[in-house]
Amino acid sequence: MSEQKKHKTLEDFRAEIDRCVKCGACQAQCAVYKTLKRESTVARGKVAIAEALLDKDLPLNDRFVLDMSQCLLCGSCYDKCPNLVPTDEIVMAARREIAERQGLTTFGKALTGVIKRPKLMDLLAKSGQRFGSMLFKKVPEHSGLRLRFPVPFIAQDRAIPEIAKVPFRERYPQPLTGDSEKVPVAFFTGCMINYTYPEVGEALVKIMRFMGIPMVVPQGQGCCGLPAHAAGDAATVDLLADNNVAAFAQQPGVVVTACASCNAGIGKHYRDMGGAYTELGEKVVDVLKFLVDNGLIEKLKALPSATDTLRVTYHDPCHLRTQGITAQPRELLRALPGVEFVEMEGADRCCGLGGTFSVYHYDTSRKIGARKADGIAASQADVVASACPGCMMQLQDSIEHAGLSQRVSHVLELIADRLPDVS
Amino acid sequence: MLAPRVIRLLEDIVGKEQVTTDATDMLCYSYDATQQTFLPDAVVFPENSEQVSLVMKMANVENVPVFPRGAGSGFTGGSLPIAGGIVLVTSRMDRIIEIDEDNLVATVEPGVVTEQFQQAVEKVGLFYPPDPASLKFSTLGGNAAECAGGPRCVKYGVTKDYILGLEVVTPQGDIIRTGGPTMKGVVGYDLTKLMVGCEGTLGIITKLIIKLLPLPEAKKTMLIMFDSIDGAAQAVSAIIRGKIIPTTLEFMDAATIECLRKATDLDLPQEAQAVLIVEVDGDKDMIDRQAEKILNIVQPLGIVNTRVATTAAESEDIWKVRRSVSASLRNVNPDKFNEDICVPRSRVPDMIRKVNAISEQYQIPIVNFGHAGDGNIHVNIMIDSKQPGQSEKAEEAIKEVFAGALELGGTMSGEHGVGNTKAPYIPMELDPAAVAYMKTIKQALDPKNVLNPGKILLEDAPLEAQVN
Repeated sequence: MSEQKKHKTLEDFRAEIDRCVKCGACQAQCAVYKTLKRESTVARGKVAIAEALLDKDLPLNDRFVLDMSQCLLCGSCYDKCPNLVPTDEIVMAARREIAERQGLTTFGKALTGVIKRPKLMDLLAKSGQRFGSMLFKKVPEHSGLRLRFPVPFIAQDRAIPEIAKVPFRERYPQPLTGDSEKVPVAFFTGCMINYTYPEVGEALVKIMRFMGIPMVVPQGQGCCGLPAHAAGDAATVDLLADNNVAAFAQQPGVVVTACASCNAGIGKHYRDMGGAYTELGEKVVDVLKFLVDNGLIEKLKALPSATDTLRVTYHDPCHLRTQGITAQPRELLRALPGVEFVEMEGADRCCGLGGTFSVYHYDTSRKIGARKADGIAASQADVVASACPGCMMQLQDSIEHAGLSQRVSHVLELIADRLPDVS
Repeated sequence: MLAPRVIRLLEDIVGKEQVTTDATDMLCYSYDATQQTFLPDAVVFPENSEQVSLVMKMANVENVPVFPRGAGSGFTGGSLPIAGGIVLVTSRMDRIIEIDEDNLVATVEPGVVTEQFQQAVEKVGLFYPPDPASLKFSTLGGNAAECAGGPRCVKYGVTKDYILGLEVVTPQGDIIRTGGPTMKGVVGYDLTKLMVGCEGTLGIITKLIIKLLPLPEAKKTMLIMFDSIDGAAQAVSAIIRGKIIPTTLEFMDAATIECLRKATDLDLPQEAQAVLIVEVDGDKDMIDRQAEKILNIVQPLGIVNTRVATTAAESEDIWKVRRSVSASLRNVNPDKFNEDICVPRSRVPDMIRKVNAISEQYQIPIVNFGHAGDGNIHVNIMIDSKQPGQSEKAEEAIKEVFAGALELGGTMSGEHGVGNTKAPYIPMELDPAAVAYMKTIKQALDPKNVLNPGKILLEDAPLEAQVN
């Protein structure tokens, strides 16, 4: 299977690149462009740069590496592109090209060489390794967490969730029973729920028990590979994908994710890889969509009304919004007793994390986050709900830097909090 | 190539970080929505009018052309550096300086994105009507330089109707103020109107004083399908003749509807040969009566189907039909020439017949849609430029479309401007004396021809960037 071509090269995107007519509509969508206001940061600029590399009009130099790093991979530009030019995929292909041509394992390594920040590097030398290895003692080498939070990330002044004492998956080695006639659902946890947000997984367990749906947490599963994808590291993507295909081989039903990024990682990206990867990818569904499709709304509406009211707003994770999953989370929140749902301004704007992006461009990431915080403040919500642990972490960081007091929760946690205890 | 001295001077004016000559940046500021590319030699990002003024003064001394650029989303090449030289980008001049609720006037910098401005004024119950299709990304400076229009112009007029005054850097680097925040003002020539629509050839807009309206209380959107293009065209005239000016009166011809049927799952029955999207706005109790009146007027004209939106979501669904058009055209042929002729409103049916005849004659698909209420039709000539002879055929067809519009008392461009793409056709529309008059103005204001040379008036030959 490894001989078969699983990842497109930049050249394979020629037709898509040709489709860009430089209309400029992407300027309205790109959070990075809106912050930096330079044409090389927006989709049509990146597409022009990628084309110039293919045509040998521009060399693969430091500037090219930097330009391809200035992307959140949020897919917003593709979503609103009149000609459907998949700039996020083109950027990922460009990153693979960089890693490959420079003989490096990851795009991140190429980028580290380009971004020279002596102060940060000093910090790393002093405290990084000790701190980093301590934090990640429990996390496997190929986990997306290590790519998402490489040492430079931790050395920054950033709110980072704690690593769980017992990872979520270890807590549920046995299948959870439910109504016997129902096909069990397999839960793909992703690294963040497993290691840093196990409470999101616990919330799902409670909800599934309430719904009577049997659930399995396949033990062999690992990282979805999205961070490796973003890092242009095709070899690691393949390794992780092979592992997940094996881990889910025995699962007859749907595979739910509670992390929007993982949903793209094992959903969209596996579907593009062909064969057994595509088969797994096609079984993947976001948990909120799954719960709405299986009648949770009606069950929530039947719950007794609550006395206290929580004002809740919702942030759209890019990886759900670009799939059109925007109504389900809101419907669930509206159906919850004791929740007053309010929209915030810019709910659909990227939070600014973008995986590797925020590691290397933390200043820009923080500026994008600050705009998000403005909308949160104006909404006067008590809680910001979302459906992606990555967004949750970035939102909490933005909230703290803005001196606000909102709590960030997964939609699943808010639901679970309002369910009666089921043994 | 610019002399190193010129780059140093630019760096002195705007700061080292705000000047670039990097090959990647030259590529990124070489294009606009016309898909032409002209590489500049340097790009500068000034932050105020003083810096813009110094750049122009330097350009005159050094004989270097300067090309002002907003969002680079123009359809006629207005911002393209066709002679190399310096691209001057207004993206850092993006402050809304004041929204004066007492006088319904706002003061803004040119780099403000149109939609952001609209949202800011709507928050305080005010309204800036011009709504070019690019409003989510194009800038107010660019909109004013090109005198942008949009669907709402039927009722509310175009950009020039909302610009009360400007601060402008002249081609030789003086900073002048035209007009002002008053509703009236007749002292001296109306330089504001001269600057709006001059496509950045007579000055660089560095501030705009904008007239605002009270935000209408409500709006109502209707989608009306007709069994013939004649029915739809007659409906347009009948509505206008019925003394109703809707907010928008958009139309799509049969070719457009066919594109939509193939590319989307929108509900468009086979009998529908033309579609009108009509929107009315105003006080709540007024719009229902207006909508009813319009539906009564169009009733005898061969209606297939009518949808009236009662909620914001339903209205959004109707506009989705219109917004899906551009992308759906790609299925006809990969390349399009998007022309935006404008004819007297009553001549829209004649114009459509002419265009259909031209399409037939040259065997090239032509798809028409646009702002019927203004007589402003977007004529999309669809070709595959990789096929031999197609581009030449398109050129000929475009010329005939222009000639057709002029015969009907129209113009070859309602909104997009001339830039460099329509410059060769200027003599078809303007008589030699009018062209000479314009040239006299340009030569007097910009004797060295350093500001956006080669746009609008073809004969003013582009000045080559100096090699030193």
